[in-house]
Amino acid sequence: MSLVEEQLGGLMRKSLAGDAGAYRVLLGELGSLLHRYFARRLGRDSADVEDLVQDTLMAVHAKRATYDVGQPFTVWIHAIARYKLIDHARYRRIRVTVPLEEDEAVFASDDVEAAMARRDLDAMLDTLPAQPRTLIREVKIEGRSVAETAEKTGLSEAAVKVGVHRGLKALAARFGGAKHP
Amino acid sequence: MTATPELIDALVADLRPVPAGTVWRRIAIGVGVGGLVSAVLMVLWLGLRADLADAVWTTSYWAKFIYPLLLGIAGVLAVERLGRPGGRAKRAARLAVAAVVAVLLLAVAQFMNSPPEMYRGLLMGSSAMLCPFYIVSLATPIYLGLLWVLRGLAPTRLAVAGAGAGLLAGGVGAWIYAFHCGETAMPFLATWYSLGIVASVALGALVGRYVLRW
Repeated sequence: MSLVEEQLGGLMRKSLAGDAGAYRVLLGELGSLLHRYFARRLGRDSADVEDLVQDTLMAVHAKRATYDVGQPFTVWIHAIARYKLIDHARYRRIRVTVPLEEDEAVFASDDVEAAMARRDLDAMLDTLPAQPRTLIREVKIEGRSVAETAEKTGLSEAAVKVGVHRGLKALAARFGGAKHP
Repeated sequence: MTATPELIDALVADLRPVPAGTVWRRIAIGVGVGGLVSAVLMVLWLGLRADLADAVWTTSYWAKFIYPLLLGIAGVLAVERLGRPGGRAKRAARLAVAAVVAVLLLAVAQFMNSPPEMYRGLLMGSSAMLCPFYIVSLATPIYLGLLWVLRGLAPTRLAVAGAGAGLLAGGVGAWIYAFHCGETAMPFLATWYSLGIVASVALGALVGRYVLRW
Protein backbone atom coordinates (compact mmCIF):
# COMPACT_ATOMS: atom_id res chain seq x y z
CA MET A 1 0.00 0.00 0.00
CA SER A 2 1.33 3.42 -0.86
CA LEU A 3 2.12 6.02 1.75
CA VAL A 4 -0.58 8.36 0.48
CA GLU A 5 -3.20 5.63 0.59
CA GLU A 6 -2.28 4.69 4.12
CA GLN A 7 -2.26 8.28 5.34
CA LEU A 8 -5.35 9.59 3.60
CA GLY A 9 -7.33 6.37 4.09
CA GLY A 10 -6.61 6.49 7.80
CA LEU A 11 -7.71 10.12 8.02
CA MET A 12 -10.89 9.33 6.10
CA ARG A 13 -11.81 6.47 8.40
CA LYS A 14 -11.35 8.72 11.43
CA SER A 15 -13.37 11.45 9.73
CA LEU A 16 -16.27 9.07 9.10
CA ALA A 17 -16.24 8.30 12.81
CA GLY A 18 -16.64 12.03 13.48
CA ASP A 19 -13.03 13.06 14.23
CA ALA A 20 -13.03 16.75 13.28
CA GLY A 21 -9.25 17.12 13.71
CA ALA A 22 -8.53 14.30 11.27
CA TYR A 23 -11.14 15.69 8.91
CA ARG A 24 -9.50 19.12 8.87
CA VAL A 25 -6.12 17.59 8.04
CA LEU A 26 -7.70 15.40 5.38
CA LEU A 27 -9.47 18.28 3.66
CA GLY A 28 -6.30 20.36 3.76
CA GLU A 29 -4.26 17.57 2.16
CA LEU A 30 -6.96 16.92 -0.42
CA GLY A 31 -7.16 20.63 -1.17
CA SER A 32 -3.51 20.77 -2.23
CA LEU A 33 -3.59 17.43 -4.05
CA LEU A 34 -6.71 18.45 -5.95
CA HIS A 35 -5.21 21.81 -6.75
CA ARG A 36 -2.24 20.11 -8.40
CA TYR A 37 -4.50 17.64 -10.15
CA PHE A 38 -6.78 20.26 -11.69
CA ALA A 39 -4.03 22.79 -12.36
CA ARG A 40 -2.09 20.24 -14.36
CA ARG A 41 -5.13 19.59 -16.53
CA LEU A 42 -6.65 23.03 -16.93
CA GLY A 43 -3.50 25.11 -16.86
CA ARG A 44 -2.06 26.67 -13.77
CA ASP A 45 -3.61 30.08 -14.34
CA SER A 46 -7.13 28.89 -15.00
CA ALA A 47 -9.63 30.53 -12.66
CA ASP A 48 -11.60 27.30 -12.77
CA VAL A 49 -8.99 25.39 -10.80
CA GLU A 50 -9.97 26.79 -7.42
CA ASP A 51 -13.67 26.44 -8.26
CA LEU A 52 -13.17 22.79 -9.06
CA VAL A 53 -11.13 22.21 -5.91
CA GLN A 54 -13.93 23.66 -3.81
CA ASP A 55 -16.62 21.86 -5.74
CA THR A 56 -14.79 18.58 -5.22
CA LEU A 57 -14.23 19.22 -1.50
CA MET A 58 -17.95 19.87 -1.12
CA ALA A 59 -18.67 16.64 -3.00
CA VAL A 60 -16.30 14.76 -0.69
CA HIS A 61 -18.25 16.15 2.24
CA ALA A 62 -21.73 15.53 0.87
CA LYS A 63 -20.93 12.07 -0.49
CA ARG A 64 -18.57 10.82 2.20
CA ALA A 65 -20.96 7.99 3.12
CA THR A 66 -20.24 6.42 -0.28
CA TYR A 67 -16.64 5.70 0.71
CA ASP A 68 -16.41 1.97 1.38
CA VAL A 69 -13.84 1.55 4.16
CA GLY A 70 -12.81 -1.79 2.67
CA GLN A 71 -11.71 -0.15 -0.58
CA PRO A 72 -8.73 2.12 -1.41
CA PHE A 73 -9.42 5.74 -0.57
CA THR A 74 -7.23 7.03 -3.41
CA VAL A 75 -9.45 5.25 -5.94
CA TRP A 76 -12.52 6.87 -4.40
CA ILE A 77 -11.16 10.42 -4.36
CA HIS A 78 -9.66 10.02 -7.80
CA ALA A 79 -13.01 8.90 -9.23
CA ILE A 80 -14.69 11.97 -7.72
CA ALA A 81 -12.01 14.37 -8.99
CA ARG A 82 -12.12 12.83 -12.43
CA TYR A 83 -15.91 12.96 -12.51
CA LYS A 84 -15.90 16.63 -11.50
CA LEU A 85 -13.27 17.42 -14.12
CA ILE A 86 -15.12 15.67 -16.94
CA ASP A 87 -18.42 17.21 -15.86
CA HIS A 88 -16.79 20.62 -15.77
CA ALA A 89 -15.22 20.16 -19.19
CA ARG A 90 -18.42 18.89 -20.72
CA TYR A 91 -20.73 21.58 -19.42
CA ARG A 92 -18.42 24.56 -19.64
CA ARG A 93 -16.60 23.52 -22.79
CA ILE A 94 -13.21 23.93 -21.21
CA ARG A 95 -10.24 22.37 -22.93
CA VAL A 96 -8.52 19.75 -20.83
CA THR A 97 -4.83 19.85 -21.58
CA VAL A 98 -3.83 16.38 -20.44
CA PRO A 99 -5.62 13.42 -22.03
CA LEU A 100 -7.86 11.83 -19.41
CA GLU A 101 -6.74 8.36 -20.39
CA GLU A 102 -3.34 9.12 -18.97
CA ASP A 103 -4.47 10.11 -15.57
CA GLU A 104 -5.21 6.82 -13.87
CA ALA A 105 -4.21 6.63 -10.24
CA VAL A 106 -2.91 10.17 -10.05
CA PHE A 107 -3.39 10.32 -6.31
CA ALA A 108 -1.31 7.25 -5.74
CA SER A 109 1.52 8.30 -8.03
CA ASP A 110 5.07 8.91 -6.98
CA ASP A 111 5.01 12.61 -7.66
CA VAL A 112 2.32 13.05 -5.03
CA GLU A 113 4.47 11.19 -2.57
CA ALA A 114 7.41 13.32 -3.60
CA ALA A 115 5.29 16.42 -3.04
CA MET A 116 4.33 15.25 0.41
CA ALA A 117 7.90 14.31 1.26
CA ARG A 118 8.96 17.74 0.12
CA ARG A 119 6.36 19.35 2.34
CA ASP A 120 7.65 17.31 5.27
CA LEU A 121 11.17 18.40 4.40
CA ASP A 122 10.11 22.05 4.35
CA ALA A 123 8.54 21.63 7.75
CA MET A 124 11.74 20.12 9.08
CA LEU A 125 13.92 22.83 7.62
CA ASP A 126 11.71 25.47 9.15
CA THR A 127 12.88 24.36 12.57
CA LEU A 128 16.41 25.55 11.74
CA PRO A 129 17.74 29.07 12.03
CA ALA A 130 17.72 31.10 8.80
CA GLN A 131 21.34 30.68 7.77
CA PRO A 132 21.77 26.90 7.93
CA ARG A 133 18.30 26.58 6.44
CA THR A 134 19.27 28.63 3.40
CA LEU A 135 22.55 26.80 3.04
CA ILE A 136 20.99 23.36 3.15
CA ARG A 137 18.33 24.41 0.69
CA GLU A 138 20.91 25.76 -1.76
CA VAL A 139 23.42 22.95 -1.54
CA LYS A 140 21.42 19.83 -0.69
CA ILE A 141 18.03 20.52 -2.28
CA GLU A 142 18.64 22.86 -5.18
CA GLY A 143 21.94 21.14 -5.86
CA ARG A 144 24.20 24.18 -6.19
CA SER A 145 27.91 23.84 -5.66
CA VAL A 146 29.59 25.07 -2.51
CA ALA A 147 31.45 27.70 -4.53
CA GLU A 148 28.26 29.05 -6.10
CA THR A 149 26.54 29.18 -2.74
CA ALA A 150 29.49 30.90 -1.13
CA GLU A 151 29.43 33.56 -3.82
CA LYS A 152 25.67 34.01 -3.54
CA THR A 153 25.58 34.28 0.24
CA GLY A 154 28.83 36.15 0.65
CA LEU A 155 30.21 33.51 3.00
CA SER A 156 33.50 31.67 2.60
CA GLU A 157 33.39 28.18 1.13
CA ALA A 158 34.51 26.74 4.45
CA ALA A 159 31.70 28.57 6.24
CA VAL A 160 29.18 27.16 3.77
CA LYS A 161 30.46 23.61 4.34
CA VAL A 162 30.41 24.01 8.08
CA GLY A 163 26.94 25.58 8.01
CA VAL A 164 25.51 22.73 5.96
CA HIS A 165 27.19 20.17 8.14
CA ARG A 166 25.91 21.72 11.37
CA GLY A 167 22.43 22.13 9.98
CA LEU A 168 22.25 18.51 8.93
CA LYS A 169 23.57 17.43 12.29
CA ALA A 170 20.90 19.48 14.05
CA LEU A 171 18.22 17.94 11.85
CA ALA A 172 19.54 14.46 12.50
CA ALA A 173 19.51 15.10 16.23
CA ARG A 174 15.93 16.34 16.08
CA PHE A 175 14.34 13.95 13.58
CA GLY A 176 16.75 11.06 13.09
CA GLY A 177 14.97 8.55 15.27
CA ALA A 178 16.44 5.40 13.76
CA LYS A 179 20.19 5.46 13.21
CA HIS A 180 21.25 4.09 9.87
CA PRO A 181 24.10 1.56 10.03
CA MET B 1 -16.71 32.75 -3.83
CA THR B 2 -15.31 31.96 -0.42
CA ALA B 3 -11.69 30.97 -0.06
CA THR B 4 -10.81 27.31 0.33
CA PRO B 5 -9.67 27.58 4.00
CA GLU B 6 -13.05 29.07 4.91
CA LEU B 7 -14.82 26.33 3.01
CA ILE B 8 -12.81 23.74 4.93
CA ASP B 9 -13.78 25.44 8.21
CA ALA B 10 -17.44 25.22 7.24
CA LEU B 11 -17.20 21.57 6.19
CA VAL B 12 -15.36 20.59 9.38
CA ALA B 13 -18.01 22.38 11.46
CA ASP B 14 -20.68 20.40 9.61
CA LEU B 15 -19.01 17.00 10.18
CA ARG B 16 -21.27 14.32 11.65
CA PRO B 17 -20.29 10.68 12.10
CA VAL B 18 -21.47 8.44 9.27
CA PRO B 19 -22.95 5.16 10.56
CA ALA B 20 -21.75 1.99 8.82
CA GLY B 21 -24.28 0.65 6.36
CA THR B 22 -25.63 4.06 5.32
CA VAL B 23 -25.57 3.11 1.64
CA TRP B 24 -27.37 -0.19 2.23
CA ARG B 25 -29.99 1.53 4.38
CA ARG B 26 -30.71 4.05 1.66
CA ILE B 27 -31.07 1.30 -0.94
CA ALA B 28 -33.41 -0.64 1.36
CA ILE B 29 -35.62 2.42 1.84
CA GLY B 30 -35.75 3.24 -1.88
CA VAL B 31 -36.47 -0.32 -2.97
CA GLY B 32 -38.90 -0.88 -0.08
CA VAL B 33 -41.02 2.19 -0.79
CA GLY B 34 -40.88 1.75 -4.58
CA GLY B 35 -41.65 -1.96 -4.30
CA LEU B 36 -44.60 -1.32 -2.01
CA VAL B 37 -46.09 1.21 -4.43
CA SER B 38 -45.53 -1.22 -7.28
CA ALA B 39 -47.16 -4.13 -5.38
CA VAL B 40 -50.22 -2.02 -4.51
CA LEU B 41 -50.41 -0.88 -8.13
CA MET B 42 -50.29 -4.49 -9.33
CA VAL B 43 -53.02 -5.67 -6.94
CA LEU B 44 -55.36 -2.76 -7.71
CA TRP B 45 -54.70 -2.58 -11.44
CA LEU B 46 -54.04 -6.18 -12.51
CA GLY B 47 -55.06 -8.27 -9.52
CA LEU B 48 -53.43 -11.37 -8.04
CA ARG B 49 -53.84 -14.45 -10.22
CA ALA B 50 -56.97 -16.33 -9.19
CA ASP B 51 -55.21 -19.68 -8.94
CA LEU B 52 -52.26 -18.42 -6.86
CA ALA B 53 -52.91 -20.88 -4.01
CA ASP B 54 -52.71 -23.86 -6.40
CA ALA B 55 -49.92 -22.42 -8.52
CA VAL B 56 -47.43 -22.33 -5.64
CA TRP B 57 -47.09 -26.11 -6.02
CA THR B 58 -45.86 -25.90 -9.62
CA THR B 59 -42.29 -25.65 -10.91
CA SER B 60 -43.22 -22.97 -13.41
CA TYR B 61 -44.41 -20.75 -10.58
CA TRP B 62 -41.11 -21.06 -8.79
CA ALA B 63 -39.11 -20.45 -11.95
CA LYS B 64 -41.11 -17.26 -12.45
CA PHE B 65 -40.54 -16.41 -8.82
CA ILE B 66 -36.80 -17.07 -8.70
CA TYR B 67 -35.65 -15.78 -12.09
CA PRO B 68 -36.78 -12.13 -11.70
CA LEU B 69 -35.72 -12.19 -8.07
CA LEU B 70 -32.18 -13.25 -9.04
CA LEU B 71 -32.02 -10.40 -11.55
CA GLY B 72 -33.36 -8.07 -8.86
CA ILE B 73 -30.64 -9.22 -6.47
CA ALA B 74 -28.03 -8.69 -9.18
CA GLY B 75 -29.48 -5.19 -9.52
CA VAL B 76 -29.12 -4.55 -5.79
CA LEU B 77 -25.47 -5.60 -5.93
CA ALA B 78 -24.95 -3.41 -8.99
CA VAL B 79 -26.55 -0.31 -7.46
CA GLU B 80 -24.60 -0.71 -4.23
CA ARG B 81 -21.32 -0.77 -6.20
CA LEU B 82 -22.18 1.70 -8.96
CA GLY B 83 -23.58 4.22 -6.50
CA ARG B 84 -20.03 4.74 -5.23
CA PRO B 85 -17.38 6.74 -7.09
CA GLY B 86 -15.32 4.46 -9.31
CA GLY B 87 -17.51 1.46 -8.45
CA ARG B 88 -17.66 -1.57 -10.75
CA ALA B 89 -20.34 -4.24 -10.82
CA LYS B 90 -18.64 -7.37 -12.14
CA ARG B 91 -20.18 -9.69 -9.57
CA ALA B 92 -23.66 -8.37 -10.34
CA ALA B 93 -23.13 -8.73 -14.07
CA ARG B 94 -21.98 -12.34 -13.65
CA LEU B 95 -25.03 -13.18 -11.54
CA ALA B 96 -27.40 -11.60 -14.08
CA VAL B 97 -25.80 -13.43 -17.00
CA ALA B 98 -25.91 -16.74 -15.11
CA ALA B 99 -29.62 -16.28 -14.37
CA VAL B 100 -30.44 -15.48 -18.00
CA VAL B 101 -28.40 -18.44 -19.28
CA ALA B 102 -30.09 -20.80 -16.80
CA VAL B 103 -33.57 -19.72 -17.93
CA LEU B 104 -32.59 -19.99 -21.59
CA LEU B 105 -31.40 -23.55 -20.95
CA LEU B 106 -34.69 -24.39 -19.22
CA ALA B 107 -36.56 -22.96 -22.21
CA VAL B 108 -34.52 -24.98 -24.68
CA ALA B 109 -35.04 -28.12 -22.60
CA GLN B 110 -38.80 -27.58 -22.61
CA PHE B 111 -38.80 -27.05 -26.39
CA MET B 112 -36.86 -30.26 -26.90
CA ASN B 113 -39.33 -32.21 -24.77
CA SER B 114 -42.36 -30.86 -26.65
CA PRO B 115 -43.84 -31.61 -30.07
CA PRO B 116 -43.30 -28.83 -32.66
CA GLU B 117 -46.98 -27.95 -32.80
CA MET B 118 -46.75 -26.76 -29.18
CA TYR B 119 -43.82 -24.38 -29.83
CA ARG B 120 -45.97 -21.41 -30.63
CA GLY B 121 -48.04 -21.79 -27.48
CA LEU B 122 -44.94 -22.24 -25.30
CA LEU B 123 -43.38 -19.10 -26.68
CA MET B 124 -46.37 -16.78 -27.00
CA GLY B 125 -48.71 -17.95 -24.22
CA SER B 126 -51.72 -15.69 -24.10
CA SER B 127 -50.16 -12.43 -22.90
CA ALA B 128 -46.87 -12.12 -24.77
CA MET B 129 -47.38 -8.57 -25.99
CA LEU B 130 -48.63 -7.26 -22.66
CA CYS B 131 -46.07 -8.89 -20.38
CA PRO B 132 -43.06 -6.63 -21.11
CA PHE B 133 -45.28 -3.55 -20.96
CA TYR B 134 -46.65 -4.53 -17.52
CA ILE B 135 -43.17 -5.33 -16.26
CA VAL B 136 -41.84 -1.92 -17.27
CA SER B 137 -44.91 -0.26 -15.74
CA LEU B 138 -44.45 -2.05 -12.43
CA ALA B 139 -40.72 -1.34 -12.53
CA THR B 140 -41.32 2.41 -12.78
CA PRO B 141 -42.16 3.15 -9.11
CA ILE B 142 -39.11 1.13 -8.05
CA TYR B 143 -36.92 2.95 -10.55
CA LEU B 144 -38.13 6.29 -9.21
CA GLY B 145 -37.23 5.12 -5.70
CA LEU B 146 -33.78 4.20 -7.02
CA LEU B 147 -33.28 7.61 -8.59
CA TRP B 148 -33.76 9.01 -5.10
CA VAL B 149 -31.27 6.43 -3.79
CA LEU B 150 -28.62 7.19 -6.41
CA ARG B 151 -29.01 10.94 -6.17
CA GLY B 152 -28.01 10.61 -2.55
CA LEU B 153 -25.00 8.51 -3.53
CA ALA B 154 -22.24 9.40 -5.98
CA PRO B 155 -22.29 7.39 -9.21
CA THR B 156 -19.50 8.39 -11.58
CA ARG B 157 -20.69 6.42 -14.61
CA LEU B 158 -24.22 7.68 -14.89
CA ALA B 159 -25.57 5.50 -17.71
CA VAL B 160 -24.10 2.34 -16.16
CA ALA B 161 -25.52 3.20 -12.73
CA GLY B 162 -28.88 3.93 -14.39
CA ALA B 163 -28.74 0.53 -16.10
CA GLY B 164 -28.04 -1.11 -12.73
CA ALA B 165 -31.06 0.65 -11.26
CA GLY B 166 -33.09 -0.47 -14.29
CA LEU B 167 -32.03 -4.07 -13.68
CA LEU B 168 -33.04 -3.87 -10.03
CA ALA B 169 -36.36 -2.20 -10.87
CA GLY B 170 -37.07 -4.54 -13.79
CA GLY B 171 -36.22 -7.65 -11.76
CA VAL B 172 -38.36 -6.68 -8.77
CA GLY B 173 -41.12 -5.34 -11.05
CA ALA B 174 -41.20 -8.68 -12.93
CA TRP B 175 -41.18 -10.54 -9.63
CA ILE B 176 -44.25 -8.58 -8.51
CA TYR B 177 -45.86 -9.12 -11.91
CA ALA B 178 -45.39 -12.89 -11.51
CA PHE B 179 -48.04 -12.85 -8.77
CA HIS B 180 -50.52 -11.78 -11.43
CA CYS B 181 -49.28 -13.61 -14.51
CA GLY B 182 -50.74 -17.04 -15.23
CA GLU B 183 -48.25 -18.12 -17.89
CA THR B 184 -46.46 -21.40 -17.20
CA ALA B 185 -44.04 -22.03 -20.08
CA MET B 186 -40.26 -21.56 -19.73
CA PRO B 187 -39.83 -20.18 -23.28
CA PHE B 188 -42.40 -17.51 -22.42
CA LEU B 189 -40.50 -16.62 -19.24
CA ALA B 190 -37.15 -16.63 -21.03
CA THR B 191 -38.43 -14.35 -23.79
CA TRP B 192 -41.03 -11.93 -22.49
CA TYR B 193 -39.92 -11.52 -18.89
CA SER B 194 -36.37 -11.03 -20.13
CA LEU B 195 -37.56 -8.52 -22.71
CA GLY B 196 -39.41 -6.51 -20.06
CA ILE B 197 -36.37 -6.47 -17.82
CA VAL B 198 -34.00 -5.60 -20.68
CA ALA B 199 -36.31 -2.72 -21.60
CA SER B 200 -36.11 -1.49 -17.97
CA VAL B 201 -32.32 -1.68 -18.12
CA ALA B 202 -32.20 0.30 -21.36
CA LEU B 203 -34.65 2.94 -20.13
CA GLY B 204 -32.81 3.09 -16.83
CA ALA B 205 -29.51 3.76 -18.59
CA LEU B 206 -31.03 6.43 -20.80
CA VAL B 207 -32.77 8.28 -17.98
CA GLY B 208 -29.85 7.85 -15.61
CA ARG B 209 -27.44 9.46 -18.01
CA TYR B 210 -29.33 12.75 -17.71
CA VAL B 211 -31.00 12.62 -14.31
CA LEU B 212 -28.19 11.31 -12.13
CA ARG B 213 -25.72 14.14 -12.69
CA TRP B 214 -24.41 15.66 -9.45
